[in-house]
Amino acid sequence: MKSISRVTRKFLYALLFLVPIPAFTEPSDYNMPIGVTEVSKEIFDLHMLIMWICVWIGVVVFGVMFFSLIKYRKSTGAKAAKFDDHFWLEIFWTVAATVILVGMAIPSTTVMIKAYDDSEGDINIMITGYQWKWQYKYIEDDISFFSNLATSQEQIDNAFPKGEFYLTEVDEPMVIPINKRIRFLITGNDVIHSWWVPDFAVKQDAVPGFINTAWTKVPKPGIYRGACTELCGLKHAFMPIVVRAVEQEEYDAWVVEKIALAEAEKLLTEKIWTKAELIERGQGVYLKNCVACHQASGQGLPPVFPSLDGSEIVTGNKNRNIEILMEGVQGAAMQSFANQLSEVDIASVITYTRESWGNASTGDGEIVVPKDIVDYKNNVNL
Amino acid sequence: MSTIVETHDDHGHHGPAKGLTRWLFTTNHKDIGTLYLWFSFLMLFIGGSMAMVIRAELFEPGLQIVQPEFFNQMTTNHGLIMVFGVIMPAFVGLANWMVPMQIGAPDMALPRLNNLSFWLLPMAFGILISTLFMDAGGPNFGWTFYAPLSTTYAPDTVTFFIFSVHIMGASSILGSINIITTILNMRAPGMTLMKMPLFVWSWLITAYLLIAVMPVLAGTVTMMLMDIHFGTSFFNAAGGGDPVLFQHIFWFFGHPEVYIMILPAFGIVSHIIETFSRKPIFGYSSMVYAMTSIAILSFVVWAHHMFTVGMPLAGELFFMYSTMLIAIPTGVKVFNWVATMFKGSISFETPMLFAIAFVSLFTIGGFSGLMLAIVPADFQYHDTYFVVAHFHYVLVPGSLFGIIAGVYYWLPKWTGNMYDETLGKLHFWLSFFSVNLTFFPMHFVGLAGMPRRYPDYALQFADFNAIVSVGAFIFGFTQLLLLFIVIKAIRTGKKASDEVWEDTKDWGLEWTLDSPPPYHSFTVQPEVK
Repeated sequence: MKSISRVTRKFLYALLFLVPIPAFTEPSDYNMPIGVTEVSKEIFDLHMLIMWICVWIGVVVFGVMFFSLIKYRKSTGAKAAKFDDHFWLEIFWTVAATVILVGMAIPSTTVMIKAYDDSEGDINIMITGYQWKWQYKYIEDDISFFSNLATSQEQIDNAFPKGEFYLTEVDEPMVIPINKRIRFLITGNDVIHSWWVPDFAVKQDAVPGFINTAWTKVPKPGIYRGACTELCGLKHAFMPIVVRAVEQEEYDAWVVEKIALAEAEKLLTEKIWTKAELIERGQGVYLKNCVACHQASGQGLPPVFPSLDGSEIVTGNKNRNIEILMEGVQGAAMQSFANQLSEVDIASVITYTRESWGNASTGDGEIVVPKDIVDYKNNVNL
Repeated sequence: MSTIVETHDDHGHHGPAKGLTRWLFTTNHKDIGTLYLWFSFLMLFIGGSMAMVIRAELFEPGLQIVQPEFFNQMTTNHGLIMVFGVIMPAFVGLANWMVPMQIGAPDMALPRLNNLSFWLLPMAFGILISTLFMDAGGPNFGWTFYAPLSTTYAPDTVTFFIFSVHIMGASSILGSINIITTILNMRAPGMTLMKMPLFVWSWLITAYLLIAVMPVLAGTVTMMLMDIHFGTSFFNAAGGGDPVLFQHIFWFFGHPEVYIMILPAFGIVSHIIETFSRKPIFGYSSMVYAMTSIAILSFVVWAHHMFTVGMPLAGELFFMYSTMLIAIPTGVKVFNWVATMFKGSISFETPMLFAIAFVSLFTIGGFSGLMLAIVPADFQYHDTYFVVAHFHYVLVPGSLFGIIAGVYYWLPKWTGNMYDETLGKLHFWLSFFSVNLTFFPMHFVGLAGMPRRYPDYALQFADFNAIVSVGAFIFGFTQLLLLFIVIKAIRTGKKASDEVWEDTKDWGLEWTLDSPPPYHSFTVQPEVK
């Protein structure tokens, strides 16, 4: 396996499948990434081993077949033999197939046992799949944030040129320290998602109501990109994963900063907000969290995603409006944002929708301030 | 001889009724077989057009032609139509035509049931396809319709989908009962089980698989129906249910279903290879045992579709080993086909070309299947284009090529007319080239990390996707040529002899009949020595 040089291998692939060589220069363009972790490297070796065994079986079987097709052509006057069975030959290839399979099963089992380890990690991160973003919750440090697609809609719609990391970039990546055992606790909020980072060889379904585990230990700092791999609805292709692995010191500094930011966020709830400030902040929140379904124009994609422009709820009594955001809508795609957004963000996004498009003129003009959300929470808890 | 009898004695001759009622009320196995085959052909073009939409959108990164919500409907309906509307009905059509003719019977055992099982299908697919034109859109949750995406989060039309799946299931179960009854009761004297043609064997096994698993599918969709409309929580964790339960039940149906879609093709290519190698099939009894073991093993491997859902280590290992076991009987079949060609006297008519392509390309699908069975490696392959490449290799150059080979092989017998051999070969080479151009690069793009069911993708996948799309368009348009060849053969084809191919009398009872065969295939049972 190792004796075949990279160049030869590439040439063989290219020749066999009529692929122009210059288009694919890196093995990772046409083969499984080797990855950076011990497990991912072992899985890569296993993959190559099984593949080459298959290739050699293919060479033998197809060799005999094409030999027969050429040698025993009727057009060259071949006369058919009469035999139609050979007991020992049947026994031979059944046993041979079994032996090869046992040979494959042994290394596979070894790697599997190693990859499968659900003991505690140095750092435990709860990953929750949402339609259509990921939430990362650092259990020890009480840090929690969402990771959204950062590629703009204009790039997707071909209005702007596509960037280098088109559809593989997020606003806030997961950050982990290198050389630490990280355990992922993976679940889903709505439908089943699947969290996959090829370089770690970690792929685990995020099933609502259940927690799956996976783990990794990354030896090398770097940015590792992945994707959702279980069909989860409309924006399945638009919820990428980015993990930034950093040195321990950098990680510690990041933790301190995140905790400080969270504190500052809490203080904002106390602040007295003007309408203009709320609208400005609300627009940002809207673009990040609402635009996928309700669209930038507020028109939604009826009948699945209703329009907010002129909606009875958005132009009517603000309490009903708050309730929808806090509780979601049963049996529809609208989720509860109570645990996803801060009080300030919920208040500002509601104000934004009530003051945008045609709603400013048709609505009751009432704005929603963070205190309304706090009150709502207190009342519900009572 | 027969023509003289017909002109003299019209009472004994039961010809078909005239006009549309012939097809609506027919109880004749050939007419119903024809209906199944044309239905499947029509569905091939509908499901194929959906594939064209998918490939057009994926030709380059960005959203150009369709939006994700329609894209998801296309992938879902393409899968459902190809599985339930093309491959399965085509095999049932071939069974209807060939089983009575191969076992020396006049017709199927239950002719009226036969009529019902066909006419249920247009109803089922009429309902399914009509949802695409409804406000809420058609099913968009993948042909595997995992809950809760297909329950709590499904469009309202999901109820039509459920109803449609129920009808398809009923059709398959009725068809299977008919096939089993026919095979077990109507064989010619002397045709013991171990003398049955392999196509008949493959269908006997397939029919049992269908009866075993179609009710499971019906149960799955019924639980969905209850969850959606009657407040149960089979698949809803918030109510004490389990979304993963759905997958276990679905794949308990789904894996045997995979073999339902390939076993009859095994039967067809076995006949073709012996005919054009002019040599009896090698290891007949091991072929039968291999198909039987594949069928039995298919019930204990289902969770290999679910290696990433979070299973205990012992479960992962069990399903890996049981899946690897299937490679043994499958390998034996391939070895037997090759051994049949060995020291034969081989000629390369169109059916043989498709059969050879079947053996080689199905084997490639088998290899990738073996790779997918390796659990740790599957963590990297699962739900990527590698899987798409794998199952298209077994379904397109596998099942579909098997069906096309069978059509070329038996069409002259059915119609009494030969197809155009030059066009047939052209059809083969275009299909062979484009099917590989379409599906082989999918292995690479999948290994490089492109997940399946994505309407848009990162830039590093662009080149392969463009190649795949070009291949898909060529393959799609090439199939119009098949339509032309079939129609040309029916209308203006040269007369075929009763034997059609050389010395076919050795290869089955169907070749002892006239071309085209009489309306009631065997009115006098032949004797099998």
